[in-house]
Amino acid sequence: MSETPAAAPRSRRWMLYAPLGLAAAGGAGFWAMLRGLQTGEYDPRGVPSALLGRAAPDFDLPELEGAGLPALSAADLRGPLPAPVLVNFWASWCVPCIVEHPQLMRLAREGVRILGINYKDRAADGAAFLQRHGNPFAKLGRDEPGRVAIDWGLYGVPETYLIDRQGLIRWRYAGPITPDTLDRDLRPLLRRYA
Amino acid sequence: MPSLSLQPPRCRFPKALRPLAGGVPGRAGPSPLHRAAIILAFLLVAAPALAAVGRPEDRLRDPALESRAQEIGRELRCMVCQNQSIEDSDADLARDLRRIVRERVAAGDDNAAVMRFIHDRYGDFVLLRPPFTPVTALLWAMPLIALGGGLAAILLRRRRPGASGIEPAPLTEAERRRLAELERGNGA
Repeated sequence: MSETPAAAPRSRRWMLYAPLGLAAAGGAGFWAMLRGLQTGEYDPRGVPSALLGRAAPDFDLPELEGAGLPALSAADLRGPLPAPVLVNFWASWCVPCIVEHPQLMRLAREGVRILGINYKDRAADGAAFLQRHGNPFAKLGRDEPGRVAIDWGLYGVPETYLIDRQGLIRWRYAGPITPDTLDRDLRPLLRRYA
Repeated sequence: MPSLSLQPPRCRFPKALRPLAGGVPGRAGPSPLHRAAIILAFLLVAAPALAAVGRPEDRLRDPALESRAQEIGRELRCMVCQNQSIEDSDADLARDLRRIVRERVAAGDDNAAVMRFIHDRYGDFVLLRPPFTPVTALLWAMPLIALGGGLAAILLRRRRPGASGIEPAPLTEAERRRLAELERGNGA
């Protein structure tokens, strides 16, 4: 009986702390997740676009009657382009689109070319929306059936795509572009692909 | 931030469960009647899942083609109601996708071609059964990893005798004498 009773448990004392360590690590991970949710960096429902690195799908949309803007087709997104452009899907019935609109207006004033696609909307409502909140779009197509949107892999409005000068899709953002998103994500991207 | 819209997503949600799941205030647990109600609610909620959601006029007239379309639709995730297939979801987008699936099936595409059409646009996430790729390898291997980890833990414990870590204390002189007495059979 050389081994004292207390010796064995001491050698395995780490097992006592292992659950504590695991809980601490889990807690830290959870905290980081919640913080990401708060700042908008982490979106558990967010899905990467299947179109990244590809050219925009082919489409030819009619104009939105009453908006007084030229219609939009895929030809407007084919490279080479003088600068990156944004494609924004929106609708007058979409509340987050109202939240996002001032940011689009700001970008348009700064000279960023924004091409709009009005999604599943009544023409009169869409035109009235632009009248009321201002028009940031250089061109505007109307996708009333929502079929072009599906070719883009759209799953809600608003959604915004960045097309680089070669005409390739580089970024997709599902949800309203907030001032934070604008400064944190979009502006650096616009600079990178300028 | 998730994509929100005023247009209701119309995800199928077991609304009937909500008042029941909360329990009755001031009571410790669900009463038998309450419990029966919950089970009934589950059954009622499950029932419509057996029927296709789509409007009758959207369905294909050829039952063979329609059943193929449903088979494909059940493999595709509704991107709005993310835990439902497009066959089960009432979301607008799911309805559009159901229509597209039926159009492609009616046009003579085989199942793989229709799936590819949707996969091209929405990526891996739209497939309810994700493909095996380097990115999803960990996902698919997880059951094996968990099983292997469990087995390893069991084997490690087996190999060490006295795994509880506590050796019984040696007998004292008095105990040893008492034991010897008992063994001789004149205890008590």
